[in-house]
Amino acid sequence: MKQKGWKDLVPGSVILEGGSAAKFKTGSWRAFRPVWKEEHCIQWVKVKDGKRGEFDYDYCKGCGICALECPGKKGIKAIVMVEEGK
Amino acid sequence: MAKVVAVTGNEACANALRQVNPDVCGIYPITPQTDMMQRFASFIADGKVDTEPILVESEHSSMSACIGASAAGGRVVTATSSQGLALMWEMLHIASGDRLPIIMPLVNRALSAPLNIHGDHSDGMGARDTGWIQLWSENAQEAYDNTIQAFRIGEHMDIRLPVMICLDGFIISHSIERMEYLEDDEVKNFVGEFKNMYPLLDLDKPKSYGPLILTDLYHEYKRAQHEVMLKVKDVVLGVAKDFEKLSGRKYGLFESYRLEDADIALVIVNSAAGTSKDVIDEFRSKGIKAGLLKPRLFRPFPYDEVAEALKNTKAVCVMDRADSFGGYGPLFMEISSALYQLKERPLMINKIYGLGGRDYLPSHAELVLNELNEIAQNGKIRTIKEYIGVRE
Ligand code: SF4
Repeated sequence: MKQKGWKDLVPGSVILEGGSAAKFKTGSWRAFRPVWKEEHCIQWVKVKDGKRGEFDYDYCKGCGICALECPGKKGIKAIVMVEEGK
Repeated sequence: MAKVVAVTGNEACANALRQVNPDVCGIYPITPQTDMMQRFASFIADGKVDTEPILVESEHSSMSACIGASAAGGRVVTATSSQGLALMWEMLHIASGDRLPIIMPLVNRALSAPLNIHGDHSDGMGARDTGWIQLWSENAQEAYDNTIQAFRIGEHMDIRLPVMICLDGFIISHSIERMEYLEDDEVKNFVGEFKNMYPLLDLDKPKSYGPLILTDLYHEYKRAQHEVMLKVKDVVLGVAKDFEKLSGRKYGLFESYRLEDADIALVIVNSAAGTSKDVIDEFRSKGIKAGLLKPRLFRPFPYDEVAEALKNTKAVCVMDRADSFGGYGPLFMEISSALYQLKERPLMINKIYGLGGRDYLPSHAELVLNELNEIAQNGKIRTIKEYIGVRE
């Protein structure tokens, strides 16, 4: 994508469309990646077809909230955070 | 038909705002501006305007409210002085960066400490780099005229920038002068209907103001902001021409007073320029070719035009009613920058006068003009920066 020059900009840095945050992929911010362990999963939060949602690594920032909240099976988490690059 | 009145500078500006009838006004009191917003609040209470007042708990909130209202799509005004402007500081940059044409009379007053409520230019000169257009005014008439013209300048579709109209605290804000009001209809027609740029309240077209922009584009945005400032001069002159047709009063980027053939010149803004002009006349009657340049548009600064106007003088004194401690006065820095580009330029000195409302007297102007006359003759400068009217 060609980067914008100063003559191409909207005055006042106003963003003239809704939902434009989707264009900004935040996956590169991630230092830890959530990994799903099927054997410990109780499908606790059902997103679609009675199943949990998949991670979207384009946007997942690696905040770890999903792993923290995951109750897992008998105390063993179904989501674990794994350091990127490992 | 013009109406001749005897009013204070605050009253004159409040009336200009009444005649424009803005949508929203952020209001917070601070001496010596308080009386202007108090008068405007009376106009609201008396149903003379449809303006929505937002009574806030600080000037920071006042400017924040103005930014919100302006981004929402309204014609927005406020007014302040001194510490109030200082407290608005971070929001001033946001108003200009978001390109919101907020109109704000600034009744110039000294900054603390020590606490002082009287007129000097520390507040306005300190806001030099906030990205606001600044118009400076010698008297109540100019403050009124500049306030009306500010709407046309800031709201111009090629500009869309906030405008600060500077007038001297107490000396102008609270002294009664003879001046002329335009008719309400004339002002209404002159400023015209307010046009939106990107109103947040247009809900069919969602948009975001003030996004995070880091190393990838921030530099470009600031470059664009400089560019729009470069267009302001032409708009100021165009608006002044239309205003002259309406009022008969002529405005430019600055006022040149007896400067055409002048050997020595003073550069001075706001009310003290009036006193100085009388003394210039006395020197002229003694056969000394003295002149005066009074800046009106201080941001953006008209460097080329100022250099052109002063290029034939031999010695110039720039008079600053604000200081940059350990540096030269703010106006001196601009005039020096303008004149440095000339191959042959006048000798220059800088006098700091009238801080915290200290009286500026004709005798002060005389002393400076005599010194300039000597410099013009022998080519020697004693000290570049000095204080006048200060006790040893
Ligand atoms: S909760 Fe955090 S770590 Fe889990 S998927 Fe969402 S962004 Fe990634």
